[in-house]
Amino acid sequence: MIRVSNVSKNFGSFAALTDVSVEIPTGSLTALLGPSGGGKSTLLRIIAGLETPDSGSIEIAGADSTKMSPQRRNVGFVFQHYAAFKHMSVADNVAFGLKIRKRPKAEIKQRVSDLLELVHLEQFAHRYPAQLSGGQRQRMALARALAVEPSVLLLDEPFGALDAQVRKELRAWLRRLHDEVHVTTVFVTHDQEEAMEVADSIVVMAEGQVKQVGTPDELYEKPASDFVMSFLGPVTTLRGRLVRPHDLVLTAEATDGAVPAIVERVVRLGFEVRVDATVDGEPIWAQVTRYRAQLLNLKRGDTVYIRVLEHEVATVG
Amino acid sequence: MAKVSLRVVALTYLLFLLVLPVGVICWRTFENGVGPVWDSLTTPSALHAFQVTFQVAIPSVICNTIFGVGVAILLVRHRFFGRRVLDALVDLPIAVSPVVVGLALILVYGKFAPIGGWLSQHGIDVIFSIPGMVLATIFVSLPLVVRAVAPVLEEIGIEQEQAAWTLGATSWATFRRITIPAIRWALAYGMVLSLARSLGEYGAVAVVSGRLVDQTQTMTLFVEERFQNFDQQSAYAAAFALAVIAVVTLLLINLLRPEEGTR
Amino acid sequence: MSTSGGVAVAAPRDEAGAATAAAPASPGSGSGRGRPSLGIGIGIGLATIYLSLIVLIPLATVIWRSREDGWSSFWDSITAPEALSALKLTILISILVAAINLVMGTLIAWVLVRDSFPGKSVVEMVVDLPFALPTIVAGLVLLSLYGPGSPLHVNLAYTRTGVLVALLFVTLPFVVRTVQPVLLELDPQMEEAASSLGATKFTTFRRIILPSLLPAMLSGTALAFARSISEFGSTVLISGNLPFQTQVAAVNIFGQIESDNTTGAAAVSTVLLVVALVALILLSVLQRWGSRRG
Repeated sequence: MIRVSNVSKNFGSFAALTDVSVEIPTGSLTALLGPSGGGKSTLLRIIAGLETPDSGSIEIAGADSTKMSPQRRNVGFVFQHYAAFKHMSVADNVAFGLKIRKRPKAEIKQRVSDLLELVHLEQFAHRYPAQLSGGQRQRMALARALAVEPSVLLLDEPFGALDAQVRKELRAWLRRLHDEVHVTTVFVTHDQEEAMEVADSIVVMAEGQVKQVGTPDELYEKPASDFVMSFLGPVTTLRGRLVRPHDLVLTAEATDGAVPAIVERVVRLGFEVRVDATVDGEPIWAQVTRYRAQLLNLKRGDTVYIRVLEHEVATVG
Repeated sequence: MAKVSLRVVALTYLLFLLVLPVGVICWRTFENGVGPVWDSLTTPSALHAFQVTFQVAIPSVICNTIFGVGVAILLVRHRFFGRRVLDALVDLPIAVSPVVVGLALILVYGKFAPIGGWLSQHGIDVIFSIPGMVLATIFVSLPLVVRAVAPVLEEIGIEQEQAAWTLGATSWATFRRITIPAIRWALAYGMVLSLARSLGEYGAVAVVSGRLVDQTQTMTLFVEERFQNFDQQSAYAAAFALAVIAVVTLLLINLLRPEEGTR
Repeated sequence: MSTSGGVAVAAPRDEAGAATAAAPASPGSGSGRGRPSLGIGIGIGLATIYLSLIVLIPLATVIWRSREDGWSSFWDSITAPEALSALKLTILISILVAAINLVMGTLIAWVLVRDSFPGKSVVEMVVDLPFALPTIVAGLVLLSLYGPGSPLHVNLAYTRTGVLVALLFVTLPFVVRTVQPVLLELDPQMEEAASSLGATKFTTFRRIILPSLLPAMLSGTALAFARSISEFGSTVLISGNLPFQTQVAAVNIFGQIESDNTTGAAAVSTVLLVVALVALILLSVLQRWGSRRG
């Protein structure tokens, strides 16, 4: 388990973290999610020992490691831009931590080949990082971090520098890898989709503070604030209240609790249809199925009645 | 038309200032064939001058390499009080005349100066002997390694080093196995520049060495002394040898230029 | 959901982005291990001792010695006819050297960047030769072409022109090597735009190219000037060391050291140091000016 207690960190006059406390259970796959500049990378670097907190403490696997050097924390760290050792072959990169620990040669050789197999780089063992693609380099960096059997694996925007297709593949692969190795893993991301897809639990951070902690479902269904709600998915406003556009029901006749709206525009998005409208002159948009839109025969200037699907609505509190 | 005339002006300038003089010295050196050149470079005085030159240059390059890498790391990797002052001081030797360097060292390390006097009592003569010449040479070549290494250190960034730390490498292991290999071409570039400057230094060494023939005479001092004593053959031969070293340096530098040196 | 998600989410992200931009220091810019550690303290200490023993204490001693016998003796030393004449010659000739370098250095850089001809890569390398060639060899080399028995029948030995040529030789690379990279990075579209607006070649050069090159040209010139002020080795043989005629300041200092007049030598040295430092301070001001415009 990683226990972060009351950690604060300033860079000059900029407060990167303010009194942050969070617990990350052993064996979990946790995302630190938030906008850039929200403090999530700083928190990750503090856990790794690459930054020192101004106040507060860090506990890794039961031991207070606040003042411990990064060398002794036994964490694996994966950087956004890979931090590949450019002058070493892929195998030497992966073996680095083991050589530092002076493990027997045969053991190192075995472990490196196991790890390269795990990250599907067996046939690249003798290449240099410059000869690999971004995705391959990042898998090499992961194997290198895993080689020393870290008690915690920390990934700083691990897929941030990759293109969309590779990123999607690596996400799914990271999820499967974690199911195989079970090492406590924390990764930083600003992409809510990535966090929802990969993580068991999500820590939402902004302005140097933890905004909410929970499973992807909990955060999506019961966001603790307007900020969390709008960060985790699309939102629109109905008479000053934040709602999800697909929780809106459109009808031709007035019903209980429904408000009249004037249709401004109807946009087809494949299976779904986006309806832009105004309620009392205020803009709102709803997402409905194409079938529903056809049934209502929506046209610009039509009046429809909008209500919120009450039993599923996200309660903001 | 304008283009061609610019080219002609530039090349003519270079021809008369650089190429012809250097060409003439080659011609003068070998006017009487290779034999006399070989003979004048293998006299005991010439051989001794070669020996002294390396006795001075090698310790200087070693000192400036250690200092250069250390200071480059301090300047690039750390923020501390007085950093900008240190940064400016590293460049100070560029502004100092070699003769002033020599004078400055004599005033501090000469036999009648406080530090020099104390050292002399303990059997260490600095001025008019090798240690002073090493100090003078270090002085004039001080910024070369720092200025070659610092930009590359800046460019490679700190992440590889941090990755090594998280993998358990100590600061020393990180330095030896990550930092040094990453800057090796820039370091070689700085060391070659430093060596060339050390082998070729004349003014500062002329002052602190006392120009004692067969004792503290380096190759550059040998050239001057032979020329003044109307032994042009030896002067030209030694100058030619130094010019060859300079050309080899140039070739090496062009191979090691930081932007081409990276894998 | 994800197709239109970006619209609603955009606002908070942008705000946070602005906050990052305002942050004075980003993570990772520090030592990586927080506060300076003991090892760094020792490193700074060692560097300071090294610099002090080799550079600072000796230079301070020169300045201190120059006025050891009082300001009037300092003044007497630098206004002694021989010293004064050497200083005047050095400064005037260095200004001339700087001016010639400003023009010729820029021209050579221009030819190296914009022109192409067979053997250009050799010329490119030859330009660096003065940096690599020992100064005494440079002097000898010039003397063998422009000395007594010159194959061109031009004898510049023991003349001020000879000193000028020696100084031009050793300072040649400064302007070329500072202007060249700037010229390489100059956007040719700027010139195309100017000529499409009807500017002549000369107008384009004067109004578009010259202003962008000027900081680099001037900083190269300042370096050449500082080097020229302090040059010794290359002038020794060609100048013949004639007081009031060809003796430059560095040679004058050398003579005073040889005749054990260290106070006089220190006084002239101090003047040289101050002039060179002023040139280099001007240089750093120019560089800051250049980087602000660039």
